[in-house]
Amino acid sequence: MSFRVKPRTTLAIVGPNGAGKTTLFRVLLGLVPHTGTVEWRRPVKIGYVPQQFYVTDVPITIREFLAFKCKTDYQECLRAVGLEVHEFLDKRLSVLSGGEMQRVLIAWAIVDRPDILLFDEPTSSVDIGSQDLVYETLNSLERRYGITVLLISHDIHTVMHYSDSTLALNRSVIYFGNSAELSDPVLLQRIFGSGSVLASHEHPNARAHP
Amino acid sequence: MTEALLYGLVAGVSIGFAAGYIGSLMVLKRMALVGDAMSHVALPGLALGLLLGFNPFLGAFAFLFTAAVVTWYLEQATKLSVESIVGVLFVLALAVGILLTPEPDLLEALFGNIASVTWLYAVAAVMVSIVVVLLTRVVYHRVVLSLISEELARSTGVRVAQVNLVYLLLVALIVAAGIQIVGSLLVGALVILPGAAMKNVGSSLDRYGVLSGIAGTVSATAGILLSAAVNLAAGPLIVVVGVVLFLGVIVAHQVVRAA
Repeated sequence: MSFRVKPRTTLAIVGPNGAGKTTLFRVLLGLVPHTGTVEWRRPVKIGYVPQQFYVTDVPITIREFLAFKCKTDYQECLRAVGLEVHEFLDKRLSVLSGGEMQRVLIAWAIVDRPDILLFDEPTSSVDIGSQDLVYETLNSLERRYGITVLLISHDIHTVMHYSDSTLALNRSVIYFGNSAELSDPVLLQRIFGSGSVLASHEHPNARAHP
Repeated sequence: MTEALLYGLVAGVSIGFAAGYIGSLMVLKRMALVGDAMSHVALPGLALGLLLGFNPFLGAFAFLFTAAVVTWYLEQATKLSVESIVGVLFVLALAVGILLTPEPDLLEALFGNIASVTWLYAVAAVMVSIVVVLLTRVVYHRVVLSLISEELARSTGVRVAQVNLVYLLLVALIVAAGIQIVGSLLVGALVILPGAAMKNVGSSLDRYGVLSGIAGTVSATAGILLSAAVNLAAGPLIVVVGVVLFLGVIVAHQVVRAA
């Protein structure tokens, strides 16, 4: 498998459950044993936002959480993901909403200025409005810090509105190209199987595709 | 104040803090019952020491150490929950321990005896406690991070398996140290109760750890002083004080929240 991502763009990774999306991330991070090699064009630093996390019972504050990785720069990162520093720094992680938690995780991921951010979308716990905020945050980071974003998503609207290119997986690469082309029903069926339809949905923050 | 009582207090204050501090993590890891059951493994070690004439606490530590490694290994290798591993193995240890321990010593092994505390034990307890607190501090945030997300921890270079092993060994060390005072049946409570009491009180991770340590010290000190006053065994009294503290904190917390 080989694919290209232009620096400072967003690549969406889509595919049915069990297609190997999260496994691809784990391989890129070197977390699982794998055959073959991962080759980058140049050395890269990777930030990671996992799909699953557990905070309900843990009395850890956002300050302590971010300080684990970086002792100095975390205030700017909180601002960069749109969270008010004074309001959030000493809050416990367990009281955050799903969307706030994701933005804290993004702040964590960018605190040591990665070149690439891997973002594994959670399947639940984030309402639609907060999701848009999270993806807008990702797009703004891409511009502001020149971070290249790889995001796993199950939502075809998210993919079309917030990513530049799409990699569709189902054990192997099924499609790799411009995200705008996912509006083609034939292509959509090839990726997700028959029965997939794209409901029409006007998005207020749609990303303009050339 | 008798010498044994003074030595017992010194040991109790330090072990109480260390056990509460390290136990705060055990509560977060939802291993409360594990900590309790693991302490029972000390009994066959104590028994062997008594039967074969070497220091029973070395025997206890050896068994606890082995139990920690076995638990850790089975968890890695089988992906069984620690709870099931403990359920199977550690009750067996308790049964074997009771069969092996010579009857006159059984009560002391099970419930501790503060009257037999020596100055040597007090010094050793203080040193073990300091080591446990310092090393726990080193791994504390790493344990919590791997609890929040193992992948997140590993992606930032935390060696999750090693950190967990170090953590379990530290638990074994403090449990072995506490047996003389509280006994192998109840020593788990020393680890679990303070963390359980303070879980909803600590407004940050660091505060939670320290408050748990303080709660451990308070229970141990109050239990030992109470035992001298009413002439009853210190171990069970320490546990009773710990439970009262636990309930008191829960009630106070509810009252404050309702107000």
